[in-house]
Amino acid sequence: MTEFLNTPLGVLALTVAQALALLVPVLIGVAYLTWAERKVLAAMQMRRGPNVVGPFGLLQPFADAIKMLMKETIIPSGASRVLFLAAPILTFVLAMIAWAVIPVADGWAIADINVGILYLFAISSLGVYGVIIAGWASNSKYAFLGALRSAAQMVSYEVSIGFVIVTVLLCVGSLNLTEIVRAQTTVWFVIPLFPMFVIFFISALAETNRAPFDLPEGESELVAGFFVEYSSMSFALFFLGEYANMILMSALATILFLGGWLPPLDIAPFNWVPSPIWFALKVAACLFVFIWARATFPRYRYDQLMRLGWKVFLPFSLLWLVLTAAVLKLTGWLPA
Amino acid sequence: MIAGLAFYFFAFILIASAVTVVTARNPVHSVIWLIAAFFNAAALFLIAGAEFLAMILVIVYVGAVAVLFLFVVMMLDVDFAQLREGVQRYAPIGAVVGGILFLELLLVLSVWRFAPDAAALRMAPMPEGITNTEAIGRILYTDHIYLFQISGLILLVAMIGAIVLTLRERPGTKRQDVATQIARTSTVAMARPELGEGIRREDILRPLPPPAKEAPKPVTHEGGHH
Repeated sequence: MTEFLNTPLGVLALTVAQALALLVPVLIGVAYLTWAERKVLAAMQMRRGPNVVGPFGLLQPFADAIKMLMKETIIPSGASRVLFLAAPILTFVLAMIAWAVIPVADGWAIADINVGILYLFAISSLGVYGVIIAGWASNSKYAFLGALRSAAQMVSYEVSIGFVIVTVLLCVGSLNLTEIVRAQTTVWFVIPLFPMFVIFFISALAETNRAPFDLPEGESELVAGFFVEYSSMSFALFFLGEYANMILMSALATILFLGGWLPPLDIAPFNWVPSPIWFALKVAACLFVFIWARATFPRYRYDQLMRLGWKVFLPFSLLWLVLTAAVLKLTGWLPA
Repeated sequence: MIAGLAFYFFAFILIASAVTVVTARNPVHSVIWLIAAFFNAAALFLIAGAEFLAMILVIVYVGAVAVLFLFVVMMLDVDFAQLREGVQRYAPIGAVVGGILFLELLLVLSVWRFAPDAAALRMAPMPEGITNTEAIGRILYTDHIYLFQISGLILLVAMIGAIVLTLRERPGTKRQDVATQIARTSTVAMARPELGEGIRREDILRPLPPPAKEAPKPVTHEGGHH
């Protein structure tokens, strides 16, 4: 068995098995995130939410998925056919391949690469292509306007996410995600770097086009934004991609600030719980805040969104970066 | 063996997509092929063991520069007839410029010599035991920090110049002052309303209750269908 696993074919089979073991839970998580979002929103608005299909509406995501599959795929006239169909696939694929480097427990990443955090940053910066290509290929004014808004928004908030990541890297001294989590054994970075955690989380909301920054799909002025022309499975792929990106951003927040798979205290009742469970719990807590924000805040106006990104977050994160570097240098805590 | 095959695979796709960038009719398709070319270049860096450069290439060129390209090109209203006319007019000049550049390249390549120091470095591009991220960091931030800072300063000056050239004060624009808006207290009052009650009942405009109807006559069903 071990001999087989050392041959190229064995490595391939093992990687496929690992990818399935990670992606199947992620996809089930996506399905139940849509359910949880509707339930939590309903509770916050004193409604019931989905409660007909299955016990507590638990089978609702599957009913929705089957409905989506059965619908007709409509391609608008004048659309660029190949790009029109490629855009949702691109969005979905990007949301999936980013999971290759996420460590859900010590040494449990599919690819534990040296530049893991840069890989994640690169993949998340590519997400804008799915949106912008969809908007252009639809040959529709509403879709195009939604895509332009989204492109500007995602590029703006990436800058502050970049600075937040650099600040964390200063405290770690490595680009490897496993190392980042191990560096938080004594204290989670959310405590010393709390302002950066707030900035990261708000930027993650903007990066995933979630409320209150869901301007690309503002119903009241853009109908549904960049995916207004999409139907059936192509729409479902956008939808899955958006929710998978939410989970990914929560996982990233968990790794960078909330100590990844580490228990809150390394004492008896906490460290009995297996590491992947801690990881999943922390991701779930972040996701709850995503939904909570959607129920609480009205949508930003576009100029306010740009002001927040460029005039508030960018200078502040730059300042905090310099401050962190100075403190680490002066106290001699700089990792070797 | 596999690395060699992968090299030729990515190099072939890189050159093919670079050719398509030039030959594609639709400028948007050109930009998308350009992105494909960037990706394959990043893959070549990976094969060479320079994973940091590969990721930076994707982040900077694909994630930022090409997005702006795509942004601009999508909003262009290209007139293909006019474009073709231009090609016929400027093709000879373009050919001459291209030919001169090609000759210069040939001249440079024919007398190419490596400096002895550089040749030694080529054998071991990375010091033993450190990642290439750290190796690049040492060269950029330790050995050549002043040059690096000066180039950063030049870019900063270029950016400020671009802003100064395009910034114009428009009279009569209204601006939102967020700080003042948040700081005012007289217009906003916080209250804790009871669930389902609202804050002040008299403020809520409700239609008057409908006039009391006469009691409906009891309906007698005499069988048959409803």
